[in-house]
Amino acid sequence: MAKIFHSVRLDDEKCVGCTNCIKRCPTEAIRVRNKKAYIISDRCIDCGECIRVCPQHAKYAVMERLEETTKYKYNIALPAPALYGQFNNLENVDYVLTGLKRLGFDKVVEVSKAAEYISSATRMMMETDTLKKPVISTACPAVVRLIRIRFPNLIPNLLPLFAPVDFAARIAREEAIKETGLKDEEIGVFFISPCPAKRTALKNPLGYSKSGVDGAIAIKDIYPQLVQNMDKLKLEDVEVINDSGIIGVGWASSGGEAAGLLKERYLAADGIRNVINVLEELEDEKLNDLDFIELNCCTSGCVGGVLTVENPFVAKARIQRLRKFMPVSCNSIRNEYELEELSLTEEVTPSPALKLADNVVKAMRMMSELKKIEASLPGLDCGICGAPSCRALADDIVRGYAEETDCVLSKLQLGGNTDWLPAPFRSKVINEEVGEEKNDEG
Amino acid sequence: MSESIKLHYVVPGDDFTRAGAASGDVKRTLKQLGISPNAIRNVAIAMYEGEINMVIHAGGGEIDVEITEDKINMVLADQGPGIADVSLAMKEGYSTAPDNIRSLGFGAGMGLPNMKKYSDSFEIETELGVGTTLKLSVNIE
Repeated sequence: MAKIFHSVRLDDEKCVGCTNCIKRCPTEAIRVRNKKAYIISDRCIDCGECIRVCPQHAKYAVMERLEETTKYKYNIALPAPALYGQFNNLENVDYVLTGLKRLGFDKVVEVSKAAEYISSATRMMMETDTLKKPVISTACPAVVRLIRIRFPNLIPNLLPLFAPVDFAARIAREEAIKETGLKDEEIGVFFISPCPAKRTALKNPLGYSKSGVDGAIAIKDIYPQLVQNMDKLKLEDVEVINDSGIIGVGWASSGGEAAGLLKERYLAADGIRNVINVLEELEDEKLNDLDFIELNCCTSGCVGGVLTVENPFVAKARIQRLRKFMPVSCNSIRNEYELEELSLTEEVTPSPALKLADNVVKAMRMMSELKKIEASLPGLDCGICGAPSCRALADDIVRGYAEETDCVLSKLQLGGNTDWLPAPFRSKVINEEVGEEKNDEG
Repeated sequence: MSESIKLHYVVPGDDFTRAGAASGDVKRTLKQLGISPNAIRNVAIAMYEGEINMVIHAGGGEIDVEITEDKINMVLADQGPGIADVSLAMKEGYSTAPDNIRSLGFGAGMGLPNMKKYSDSFEIETELGVGTTLKLSVNIE
């Protein structure tokens, strides 16, 4: 199997081997071994939840730096609409877009512009009967990867259209080649990204073979320089670049994509736990009365991306205000020929990352063993063994990655003195006085 | 030698928030075995309907699941009031669920019909005042 590319990485030197990240990982992809966290590559969906929770900041996202642009003769920035929510008192997005040009980009094409084409294409497709409903948005790459691993049954429901950034890259490249006469490889296209999953999607795309985007620069990395350049701008310097409206910019936060369909039978969920709950219900066919499901791994949608600067709720509120003075939409597709341009070219395939074995009989034998081991474990999910739960440890044991003795408490079952164990596992009663005081109060 | 995995679940009565826990666990187990998505969906839906029925009508019950190489057998047993008219209960849209349950979005009269629809074999034994036992199986293609 080809090596899976990831943008979320671990800094071994900073990691102290605490167990904060293992429990927050939605695909149980992290273990602690030898006092360091370890990411199981084929289970990681690059959602960035571990970056958020790591108290040591040992989890990080590998992103491109602005310096990468020196490799190309001509550079294009594709700002995510979430970028617009990062600035205080911003009333005109052209300040941001002109600011990006001052950072050295020759051209700026808004991802929200491409998003309006995708919204329009989705509206067109929803009118036909070619899609399996409820249709699931493919804009959040971490959601698509989550579905491949945990909900493969739902792959047929995925919207077979590009994510806006990929279509933005295509528009930008075609325009740039026409305007400059340069060759394709002389042009660098960079996404100004709120999250690491987007970069993973560019390097290792699902549903198409090669992305037109050369790199992704984190919003937080470009932010300080961008603000400086924006502050220096005089009103007359500000170029008119903005070419998207309420619908396109709305994609920055949860519910924006769904609202752009101008339909009522939709659901929008954000935050990885909520997304998983919705997918479970969808899989059990409990949501068949809906036409469209928008899912974003980050709270509040892309404004909540782990590489943004501003609190997602503040960013969302700012974008609401910005949208007030915008037209509804500036871009739409006209016919089925154009729809073809926006359509994914390859099928998304399921990932076998959680399967116990390729052979069902072997898998069943392993599952019987797993259930037996799980029943013998204490069920406390304490994480001391380095696995996120007792069930995950049992899973690791049958795969040969761990041993039953890794459980501190299974030793307990052998009997003996418990005084050496941490407080929650000791067979000692809390100080009686405290207990009495509590009783008095109660 | 034929392999089989046996799973046992207790479904508490009168607690909607826990209905679906058993079918969710079975679903997860089947996914790890690499069972076809279609069979998993059928099991999950049939079993979920059974759990909800137990909560609404029977004050809970017990579910035994056996996974073999070619099918998944489910036995759902409760000590509820029993079903007075089975053929009526099997009709889509017929329900004896009280209004407060319907207002929660349940009691659409699709429970038993769906269980039959999504399973490859379906047997029902019921006795008034004693309880109901459903035996379902879903083939693994």
